[in-house]
Amino acid sequence: MQKYCLAIGRIFLPLLVIGGLSGCGNVEPWVKPYERDRLADPIMALDGDPVSTAYLQHVYEAREGARGGEGAVGGGCGCN
Amino acid sequence: MMCRRGVLIAAMVMAFGTAHAGVLPEDRADILYHLYDGGGVEIDGPSILVRKQVGKSLSFVGNYYVDMVTSASIDVITTASPYTEERKQWSMGMDYLRGNTTMRVGYTSSEESDYDASTYNFSVSQDMFGALTTLTLSYALGDDIVRKSGDDAFEKDLDKQIYGVGLTQILTKNLIATLNFETMTDEGYLNNPYRTVRYFDASDLLGRGYSYEEELYPNTRTSNALGMRARYFLPYRAAIEGEYRYFTDTWDIESHTASLTYIHPWRDFTFTGKFRYHDQTGAHFYSDLFPRSQATNFRGRDKELSPLTSYTFKLKAAYEFLNENEGWGFLKKGSVTASIDMLHVDFHDFSDLTALAPIGEEPLYKLDADVYQIFFSFWY
Repeated sequence: MQKYCLAIGRIFLPLLVIGGLSGCGNVEPWVKPYERDRLADPIMALDGDPVSTAYLQHVYEAREGARGGEGAVGGGCGCN
Repeated sequence: MMCRRGVLIAAMVMAFGTAHAGVLPEDRADILYHLYDGGGVEIDGPSILVRKQVGKSLSFVGNYYVDMVTSASIDVITTASPYTEERKQWSMGMDYLRGNTTMRVGYTSSEESDYDASTYNFSVSQDMFGALTTLTLSYALGDDIVRKSGDDAFEKDLDKQIYGVGLTQILTKNLIATLNFETMTDEGYLNNPYRTVRYFDASDLLGRGYSYEEELYPNTRTSNALGMRARYFLPYRAAIEGEYRYFTDTWDIESHTASLTYIHPWRDFTFTGKFRYHDQTGAHFYSDLFPRSQATNFRGRDKELSPLTSYTFKLKAAYEFLNENEGWGFLKKGSVTASIDMLHVDFHDFSDLTALAPIGEEPLYKLDADVYQIFFSFWY
């Protein structure tokens, strides 16, 4: 039970951090929205094939001793 | 049991995909067939994913995935009998968009005859600085049950947790980069109940000079992984991507993984080539040959926990047979993709016992495997 309480605490603390950072939205973007046509090109999609990516990560996890850190928790391009 | 490793991470990828905080993922369906063939193991099956937006704020995703395994791997043929088994996995998830924030929840269930896994995921992503930056925080909880064929009384628990933070940054109008950090903790039964270790035994009746006993792993494992990735749009409409990951854990495994990818579109085709390199040290309780029975508190001879170096060369071709100017009814776009990943692994401390060489003189094992995928994708 204690470890689940700790886990819940670990979730809510970062949420507070995110909430705080969301107030920083006034920074002037140095790449304007109309300059992001190349980033929006499908060849720049960081995960254009989610089913294939998940499958290959499964293969590597089964064949090697390392795991994680390859973007499963992601981040996006914010270019749409 | 064969496939248990990687279920949790794969489940997270499936449930979350790659986060785009300020916009919901595209509606799409994918139908994939996969085949892994190498080292005496053949694993194939389908994977079907459907994603659909409902209203302006919600997107639902579901996935059905099957592994059909036929195994006569080197572990199996040296200590057991070849076997077949099947693993089925269901995933479902929901994205909720509110302003520049996307929240995701997901659940995955995986079933084998001797292994059940349930995974719960949660993540939140926030766009910042004019959508130049996306920050994602995630958590996953895995609740697994390990069983053993032929022993109905055998049932062990394994709990897993993953804490993740991801940052995606637009650096220039041609360059985007990501940084991901994950901490994973395992607590419970981490052994493979079928696998054994090898130890010197001069009295071995078979005259090999060694015998086998059950492996024994620690009950906990904590790992940290830091990954970074950057993709650059080249001047002539092509892209190049570099990726690196550093991994370390409490079992003393340390690894470096790097890859380089080139993507080149041509008419309705997109070609991709990739080279991936991975090098790792072995777990502190790993040994190819222990000096005697019960020589150490913990012991294992899982070749994936041994020091190894792997190389993968990938070729992929995609053909877009339906584009947004044509459309078929409710379908906006369609493509078919085929790929092959050629994997070679050099094990630095895992002997090939099928060579039947005198003890201590066995050659090191090498693995060659091909991974084939073909899939259809539809956007609607």
